[in-house]
Amino acid sequence: MLVSELKSMDEIKEILKQEQKIFFLACLGCSDACKSSSKEELDNLEEALKSDGKTITGRVDVDFLCNKVLVKIKFLRNKDKWEGADSILVFSCGVGVQAVSKIIRKTVYPAANTKNLGGFQGVWPGEERCAQCGNCVLDLTAGICPYTSCAKSMLNGPCGGSNEGECEVEKGRDCGWYLIYERLKAINKLADFKKIRPLRDHSRMLPKKETRGLDFYAIDR
Amino acid sequence: MSFKEKLKSGKFIITSEVGPPKGTDIHVLLEDAELLRGRVDAINVTDLQSSVMRVGSLVVCHLLKQKGHEPIFQVTCRDRNRLALQSDLLSAYVLGIENVLALTGDHPVLGDHPQAKPVFDLDSVSLIQAIRKLEAGYDLADKELQGKPKFCVGAVVNPGAEPLEPQLIKFEQKIRAGAEFIQTQAVYETDKFVNFIEQVKQFKVPIFAGIVLLKSAGMARFMNKNVAGVYVPDNLIKEMEQTKDKSAQSIEIAARLIKELKPLCQGIHIMPIGWDKKVPLVLDAAGL
Ligand code: SF4
Ligand code: SF4
Repeated sequence: MLVSELKSMDEIKEILKQEQKIFFLACLGCSDACKSSSKEELDNLEEALKSDGKTITGRVDVDFLCNKVLVKIKFLRNKDKWEGADSILVFSCGVGVQAVSKIIRKTVYPAANTKNLGGFQGVWPGEERCAQCGNCVLDLTAGICPYTSCAKSMLNGPCGGSNEGECEVEKGRDCGWYLIYERLKAINKLADFKKIRPLRDHSRMLPKKETRGLDFYAIDR
Repeated sequence: MSFKEKLKSGKFIITSEVGPPKGTDIHVLLEDAELLRGRVDAINVTDLQSSVMRVGSLVVCHLLKQKGHEPIFQVTCRDRNRLALQSDLLSAYVLGIENVLALTGDHPVLGDHPQAKPVFDLDSVSLIQAIRKLEAGYDLADKELQGKPKFCVGAVVNPGAEPLEPQLIKFEQKIRAGAEFIQTQAVYETDKFVNFIEQVKQFKVPIFAGIVLLKSAGMARFMNKNVAGVYVPDNLIKEMEQTKDKSAQSIEIAARLIKELKPLCQGIHIMPIGWDKKVPLVLDAAGL
């Protein structure tokens, strides 16, 4: 179980500033349980974005975005629904966002911040992982988490040790920042790579009192 | 003239570096620094180079300063979070240290304490931003300082990196954040360096080409295999292999590289990696 919280309306609007046509993809797994992908939230957001002149091209729910088979059946097969969108706003934990970004060539944005792990993590088999930083930055890094894919968890990479796509710490290990660079290039967003990203706020990892009170948070309750 | 003024004057700059020892015996380092007196414009003091635990850069910078040298305080983000980094920068300024080289730093697993916690709370770019903010009289939490420092801030780049584009973008970020000079990773291929200079000359920042003394053909091969973005061409390896006097050959190669690189940039940075006593000989041979 990954506990996530919906980003604030202002933050989501900021993230989507440049986008016109947006598709909503919601996970009904952990994020639904902690209300970061509930129907009311999505309705609210859709209303707000529409009144800002944006188009929401459609919505799909997937039971578990971290489950490869479910994503392929419920999301990929509904291509007609999201094909026309500029970008996909994903309501899930960081694993779900990265899982989606991995399989489509579109900009993928996180709608939530993943706070912490209660129970088990997502089951998407692969290298995408979420460190539950509490302030998801996948919108800036092409849907690849810099905290888990970079050995130094850097926000402005790559470091000088990046060598032909390999990380300095180990032969055969991908350099996360090389992957981010390649992907931003592929989706024509290299301008995002040039931005100097703001400092990480480590205090965001501390779960709020309300979150600690959730049944899903405390598995021993 | 301070180092910053020299930079501004457009003079050709020569820097070298000393690496603090593992243990408290500091004599050899001070002797090595003495040999550089009057020969270089500033001396870098490395910060736990190669992630190996040693005497700290700040203290050695202070000792050099007391003896009338011009130190460059190398600061990496590997071992200190933003509180400690900002605090050390203030401490440096209080001790009269005016030059800083901001680096991300190698990962601890590459050093002699691979079990250590990697910090990297900041990175080279955000460290430069932090320095500029302290100079403006505020810390990273926007709290006002009583008395503010003033530094000359440098950064590094690897001109031989593959692929080069992401490193060039990072380079640009460093300049935007406020880097005033750039020291490069070791350069052995002049033509590659020419190409690099072509791509960065628009930024108008002084660049010092890095010179690492080749100690042997084995070292060259090791670097080719293990050091990102460093390539020693075959002809240089052969020269090191065939020579009877490794030291003389190494000095000759370094001097030759310096002569080739000098017209292309604003300075050179010599990294002797243990062969500190040879730096004056290299400068002699290069006519500097
Ligand atoms: S940035 Fe990474 S660690 Fe933070 S929430 Fe997103 S995926 Fe998780
Ligand atoms: S090589 Fe890449 S992944 Fe490894 S520490 Fe450097 S930037 Fe991070």
